[in-house]
Amino acid sequence: MPGPDNHQLRSATISVLVDNESGVLARVIGLFSGRGYNIDSLTVAPVDDARGQSRINVVTSGTEMVIEQIKAQLERLVPVHRVADLTREGAHVAREMALVKVLGTGDARVESLRIADSFRARVVDTTIESFVFELTGATDKLDAFIELMRPLGLAEVSRTGVAAIARGSRTI
Amino acid sequence: MSAEAMQSGAEVLLRALKDQGVDVVFGYPGGAVLPIYDAIFNQNAIRHILVRHEQGAVHAAEGYARSTGKVGVVLVTSGPGATNAVTGLLDALMDSVPVVCLTGQVPTHLIGNDAFQEADTTGITRPATKHNYLVKRSADLARVVHEAFYVARSGRPGPVLIDLPKDILIGRAPYTPPVTAHATYRPRTEPDPVQLRRAAAMLKAAKRPVVYVGGGVVNAGPDASAALTRFVRETGFPCTNTLMGLGTFPASDPQFLGMLGMHGTYEANLAMHGADVLLAIGARFDDRVTGRLAAFCPDARKIHIDIDPSSINKTVPVDVAIVGDAGRAIAGLAAAWAEDAAPVDRAALATWWRQIDEWRAKDCLRFTQDMTPGAIIKPQYAIRRLHEFTRAQAKDVFITTEVGQHQMWAAQHFGFERPNRWMTSGGLGTMGYGLPAAMGVQVAHPDALVIDIAGEASVLMNIQEMGTLAQYRLPVKVFILNNQYMGMIRQWQELLHGSRYSESYSNALPDFVKLADAFHATGLRAETVDQLDDVIREMLASPRAVIADIAVDPKENCFPMIPSGAAHNEMILGPEHEDEARGITDEGLVLV
Repeated sequence: MPGPDNHQLRSATISVLVDNESGVLARVIGLFSGRGYNIDSLTVAPVDDARGQSRINVVTSGTEMVIEQIKAQLERLVPVHRVADLTREGAHVAREMALVKVLGTGDARVESLRIADSFRARVVDTTIESFVFELTGATDKLDAFIELMRPLGLAEVSRTGVAAIARGSRTI
Repeated sequence: MSAEAMQSGAEVLLRALKDQGVDVVFGYPGGAVLPIYDAIFNQNAIRHILVRHEQGAVHAAEGYARSTGKVGVVLVTSGPGATNAVTGLLDALMDSVPVVCLTGQVPTHLIGNDAFQEADTTGITRPATKHNYLVKRSADLARVVHEAFYVARSGRPGPVLIDLPKDILIGRAPYTPPVTAHATYRPRTEPDPVQLRRAAAMLKAAKRPVVYVGGGVVNAGPDASAALTRFVRETGFPCTNTLMGLGTFPASDPQFLGMLGMHGTYEANLAMHGADVLLAIGARFDDRVTGRLAAFCPDARKIHIDIDPSSINKTVPVDVAIVGDAGRAIAGLAAAWAEDAAPVDRAALATWWRQIDEWRAKDCLRFTQDMTPGAIIKPQYAIRRLHEFTRAQAKDVFITTEVGQHQMWAAQHFGFERPNRWMTSGGLGTMGYGLPAAMGVQVAHPDALVIDIAGEASVLMNIQEMGTLAQYRLPVKVFILNNQYMGMIRQWQELLHGSRYSESYSNALPDFVKLADAFHATGLRAETVDQLDDVIREMLASPRAVIADIAVDPKENCFPMIPSGAAHNEMILGPEHEDEARGITDEGLVLV
């Protein structure tokens, strides 16, 4: 087993199952900031009330060595049950949701609605001069949609960050 | 259990400590922890040592822990009590020392209100501890205390903090007995036999092996050091220690190369550079050890045994990774070595030893002591004499140090034959560590000879603990190598900053003899080489705490030295050797 390649950067979607206790998110975030790791996206929410567990999904990037280090560092946090590198452990689905506010009238407004339709975005709020679109999908799909809205009156974006899960019968 | 039958939180806390085998607590009282002090007043099972500063309490607990293998316990109040403890906690984290630190906290209903002596202690100490807890419910108290001890001592040991709001200490709380397992924190201790066999085969095929051993073997208990010594002797391989690993392999053994790294020996560092197989045990490839990473052990296949998976492949990629307890891994490796039918390449090993002996012949730690009466004392000579005198002692000898040149000289010149006898701040490099650490060692080993090899600058950082020594009649010997400079700073300024000694000279040092006297201790002073032996003799013979102020050559530098950003084979030897000192690169200059 040769050591991991220390030059090539890769992105990793890491899911962490943790005890839902106060300070646990601070431990995880503090680990990333304190050791200089990147956080490209972060989501956290309780997933199992009976067991008192939350799931943190982190999208990070680094060399293979750094990503292995991130996983090892996460694993040794006391309230951490399981660390899964979804990018490495087989196929997974990753989705995020965005709420996108677009202001405009006339042609731009019509065009934004047309594009939203082709992206299967839903209109969740409307006024005479505004739309709020709700769009769910992979990060790059959301990026593309937001870019298209930019010249059409893009005013505000709120994104959830990535939620991810392994495909098939595998569980964390 | 009825509420009436329950004890107060403070009483439950003490009962939990007692059930964890705690016999001594290092602490300092304050408003938030008064209920605990009240409970301490009413019992005799746990002894409280009143320190003079909370940082001293943590270092004392570290000294206690490192010299006994048990968990050291600290008790401090909220706010400033907790913040004063932070340096000690980080020190324990960096050096993997098991400590449980109890901090007082304002009552739960005042948390977040900027109450008097309130601090966000768990927030502040999160990156300075292995884990920390804020107890918000009385029902959790006993469980949390037991869990804290389990976490502190399990896996890679470290400091664990428990923040205790005052109302939790006063209110009734149920008691639950200690736990031996944990739902999530279950570090792997049993090494993988497949990896052990691969490692044994790699070692059998080695032509230029080196065994590189760190503090993890100390933490694995004295049996691990004994197993290491047997294994290294069985293989005939050379062995080097990190600063934290000193004592795991006997310094007097011919297979010992001395310490490696920035101020390691010539033979240890060149052996690392020339090795074809490296066996690292309980060591973490710290930057002080590796020098320039790109040039570290360039030809070696590497085997790494460590209980902490995050230490493996952190900075140096390895070929065989073995996660587990060092003692079990060494035993397993020895068994795999015996089972592996392949012969050892004795001829290659003999050639390797001839090469190592050539490097050894440089005698890289050589110094010249002028023995003329009135001559100035070389710091290395002072440590050598101290070592010789202590060897003649019937007592068990424990050495602590402060941080700086004296620390490196102690590591180089004081031979350690057994583990747990050497307490120094390796990872964090905390000036002011040695005196309180020695205090903790002396509390744990009342009949032993405990010496803080100190520098005059470092020792002043926690000099107030002389008061603690006096109060508990702890006969710690403080052996100050007094060069009037922050010597390591001065050395770097000389080598890297054009001898511009910016702020590294201590003007107006105290009279240490009078200072000892003021703290009810004995003060001694040696100013010239002819006075040294008498001072050491008198110090060792004294039943009291002693400060021995040894005036040493203020211009002496600590060599050998791997300059920042250089490789093992680019080390600088001292003025005793024909020196082809290599310049330090700009890249090296930014490193510390």
